[in-house]
Amino acid sequence: MPGTDETPQSRADGAAAAQPAIEFIDVEKRFGDNVVLQDLNFSVAPGERVTLIGPSGSGKTTILRLIMTLESLTDGYICVHGRPLTHEKRGDRRVALPKKQVRSNTKRIGMVFQHFNLFPNMTVAENIIEAPIHVLGMSRADALEKARALLKRVGLADKENEHPTKLSGGQQQRVAIARALAMDPEVLLLDEVTSALDPELVDDVLGALREIAETTDITMLIVTHEMQFARDVSQRVMMFSDGQIIEDGPPDEIFTRPQHERTAKFLSAVLEH
Amino acid sequence: MTDNLTTLFSYAPQLWDGLKITFLLTAGGAAGALLIALVLGLAMASPYRWLGIPARIVVEFFRGTSLLVQLFWLFYVLPLLGANLDPLSCGIFALALNYGAYSAEVVRSSIAHVDRGQWEAATALSLSPVRMMRRIIFPQAWLLMIPSLATLLIQLLKGTAVVSFITLQDLTDRIDQLRQATGDTFFAYTVGLLLYFVLAWLLQVGMDALEHRAAVALGRREKSGRLRSVLSRRHRPKKEVLG
Repeated sequence: MPGTDETPQSRADGAAAAQPAIEFIDVEKRFGDNVVLQDLNFSVAPGERVTLIGPSGSGKTTILRLIMTLESLTDGYICVHGRPLTHEKRGDRRVALPKKQVRSNTKRIGMVFQHFNLFPNMTVAENIIEAPIHVLGMSRADALEKARALLKRVGLADKENEHPTKLSGGQQQRVAIARALAMDPEVLLLDEVTSALDPELVDDVLGALREIAETTDITMLIVTHEMQFARDVSQRVMMFSDGQIIEDGPPDEIFTRPQHERTAKFLSAVLEH
Repeated sequence: MTDNLTTLFSYAPQLWDGLKITFLLTAGGAAGALLIALVLGLAMASPYRWLGIPARIVVEFFRGTSLLVQLFWLFYVLPLLGANLDPLSCGIFALALNYGAYSAEVVRSSIAHVDRGQWEAATALSLSPVRMMRRIIFPQAWLLMIPSLATLLIQLLKGTAVVSFITLQDLTDRIDQLRQATGDTFFAYTVGLLLYFVLAWLLQVGMDALEHRAAVALGRREKSGRLRSVLSRRHRPKKEVLG
């Protein structure tokens, strides 16, 4: 079982392929006295697209931030492809992994943020090639070639040498998507990626993401209020309330026949909006 | 007045010598202060307490003790401990330590004020802490630092005047000599005020140019119209295009 003292297996190994892409084991996250997540257990299969829905403060963004190691979990374990991400169990003890190892574990996890977070001191291309060169060890020429292909894919082939501040929000977000993809992620975390955009710019960003969902097998965890997008792209929806999963199933089921009253209430509020 | 001007012209070489000492103290003190500020400021910004706490103690110590006493300590006490420094080095060291401590706090707080999202994006790309600081955080913090560092640089320039207490013939000392030569207190000290003002203004123009360059690098300002905008000092960061 992952999270025990079993030796981590390589992904190339046949047995590892059967491991969940992401597994939460008894995860707890508290900020001071405020418990955001408690005894949370779930797993996501490789290649699966999961949308997390729920009212704000229900802990869905915290889940993405925990996987990206932007927050540290206060108890429990997270495993990515069977490998412990930040802590491992040694006997009865929960041991934090060295920072360097954690950083190496997150190399193939990408995240796209609500506010894009492009680096303003670099051009679009430099934003994209920085990590492939310095984290993955790619040559500059290869990284640049890849960046150009990705920019073409998100419809920004001509923006390579622009400064991010010269781009619209929708363009910035598509650069951020290209930047995350340049790391060849196995897992992509999308945190309300259209919430900061003007309505007319949302479609371009969602279009780029749809294309990626159709043409790759990247595991995706999506936090969004765009229900149609969630329905089209994901195979599974998890409804959160107070840090717990209260409903978990295929989008058609959850959106059309919610079992839980809270889910029904939440969906009608979002769809009315 | 004509007599005063004649004396001033005949005294120009000595004033020039004084200016050179003041310039050396300012340049040397500023270079040392910047080095100290970067080392201590980065240490205070680091998440490691074993780095941050000693750096904080050093900063508080040198911020909390008078520049003049630090200068006297280097000049009079250090020789008792067997280390002799010439007056110019003493002056440069004292200025570097004192203003370095103030600037370290500027460096630390500017780093802390870089948008959280930038740290998070760099973490999400698994960049190493050194790379993250060098390529992403520091270039953005630099722009935030420059205005405060400019103020401290001008204070440092004016602070150089204390070295006349340790036998250095800097600009202030030469102006005092001018006062004795002309017998006109008003004239001599007015010349002094004007000379320091011109020096401070030149430093400010230089720092404004640096700030402009840093802002252009972050896409906050246009490249053109640089000299005019620097001289008029009316430029303000452009609002970022969002959404």
